[in-house]
Amino acid sequence: MFEEVGTTIDGDMIINVGPQHPATHGVLHLVITLNGETIKKVEPHLGFIHRSIEKMCESLSYRQFIYVTSRMDYLSAHINNHACALCVEKGLQVEIPPRAQVIRVLMDELTRIASHELWWGAMAMDLGAFTPFFHAFRERESINDIMEETCGARLTMNYMVPGGVMQDLHPNFQKRTKEFLQLYKRKIHEYDELVTGNIIFQNRMKNVGYLSAEDAVSYGCSGPAARGSGVSCDIRKIYPYEIYDKLEFDEVLETAGDSFARYMIRIREMQQSIRIIEQLIDNIPEGDFQTKTKAVLKLPKGEFYTRVETARGELGVYIVSEGGTTPYRIKFRSPGFSNLSVLDHIARGSKLGDLVAMMGTLDLVIPDIDR
Amino acid sequence: MWLVAPKTGSVASCPDKTAGENKKRIDQGTNKKGQRITMSNEELKTKITELLPAATFEEGGEWLNINIETKDWLSLAQQLRNDNSLFFDYLFCLTCIDWKTHLTMVYHLSSTQHRHNIVVKSKLDRNNPEIETVAHIWKTAEFHEREVYEMFGVNFLHHPDLRLLILPDGWEGKNPLRKDFEDPINMIKL
Repeated sequence: MFEEVGTTIDGDMIINVGPQHPATHGVLHLVITLNGETIKKVEPHLGFIHRSIEKMCESLSYRQFIYVTSRMDYLSAHINNHACALCVEKGLQVEIPPRAQVIRVLMDELTRIASHELWWGAMAMDLGAFTPFFHAFRERESINDIMEETCGARLTMNYMVPGGVMQDLHPNFQKRTKEFLQLYKRKIHEYDELVTGNIIFQNRMKNVGYLSAEDAVSYGCSGPAARGSGVSCDIRKIYPYEIYDKLEFDEVLETAGDSFARYMIRIREMQQSIRIIEQLIDNIPEGDFQTKTKAVLKLPKGEFYTRVETARGELGVYIVSEGGTTPYRIKFRSPGFSNLSVLDHIARGSKLGDLVAMMGTLDLVIPDIDR
Repeated sequence: MWLVAPKTGSVASCPDKTAGENKKRIDQGTNKKGQRITMSNEELKTKITELLPAATFEEGGEWLNINIETKDWLSLAQQLRNDNSLFFDYLFCLTCIDWKTHLTMVYHLSSTQHRHNIVVKSKLDRNNPEIETVAHIWKTAEFHEREVYEMFGVNFLHHPDLRLLILPDGWEGKNPLRKDFEDPINMIKL
């Protein structure tokens, strides 16, 4: 698997980045063919953290398998759980109470902000700026605290269950979320001052990693990676689920298609998430947080597919049921897997130093790719 | 004041023309009266019957399911991608199911322009599963097919680079996602 480091007959150099490399944020192994400093080919090798979640789910019940999915894209754990819960509900044909819907959307959007915060800090760190990391974590911590109070966990929440959410919101939830909103608004300008407007940063981000809309669709890119190229692909807008069709928010689009466009998408998306939370935080309906479902869930024979928008793009959950208590086959269409496949395409012809910036803007989470 | 919007199409790697095309795409997407013609499942069925009379359909689900013979797949895929009224340019899921007697390839297709979705299925022989690759039609298929190749042992004919992607090099033996796979060391069943 590990190609020998050295030169080929054409005078190209092959180097290995990873699997243990700080800039890959996980165990991703890239075999890079270089001509001087110019990238000729990037070949990802996967599987260092493959847990065979799809196979595992085949022996877990419809209540149990949701907990495993928090470990896929651990930065969007809520949204993964949400997708699975939606898929099971689609099979069972149950409606969930309005309170649960609002709680789910609130949690999704808080997760999206937390995920983008971590991405922002980590990406600036990849490019050599260490300070932004602390700024990002300052806000992210307060989201984690909110999660901890209500869900009992900071990273793998396992809060969404078929039929609603596991338990009611903590009495402090509204107060603390409003505090977070205030904190965020007070500090957000620092993001632009520190990083976005920085000329060194802009020079490293603009005009590299160019991806056209045509290629973005063909490579199956989704989320900010595709929206940076002007592909309208926000599942929340085009195939709305829960209450997203009643909310006011914009799908953020950029047309440049370079690393900076993908960067700007995420920065602007955080503001849209704030907008959604502001609309909902004072309007959480009273009522049940969970509808009554049977203790042992059985899905009818058939196939069910749901698509949701995670922080990284489109997550698809495909359940094939034979009518039993466990799924016959589950497929998770993870956004990271398709987004990674475009890396070779956008990196070719660029300099090695820009590769880290490109990987940063694709926002790869390795457990999501490997599953 | 620091927030500087990126200048679209101001650089060599991002030519004016391409950025302009991206812009046009967005306009098309938001203008519902213009280019978008979303077909209902019924209309899709009629249209695909014209393209491939041998296809059979399963309805009742959310999306139209099309069952085809393996040999018809490549030509149908090209037509689905290139026909202007269908224009399925986005292959959002590609997977395989082991039914113990046979394998089924499942392709989920979507159109970013018209916003309609279909599912194409094809039965494969379990002992010698072979199907034409679609990696040159939808580039995302290259990685997804490599995953199916190692997990189910499906041989994709004319695939540009059919190698192991996730499993370690030198992996021999059965394919992990098949139903008869057992691993005594790394237990994955409860």
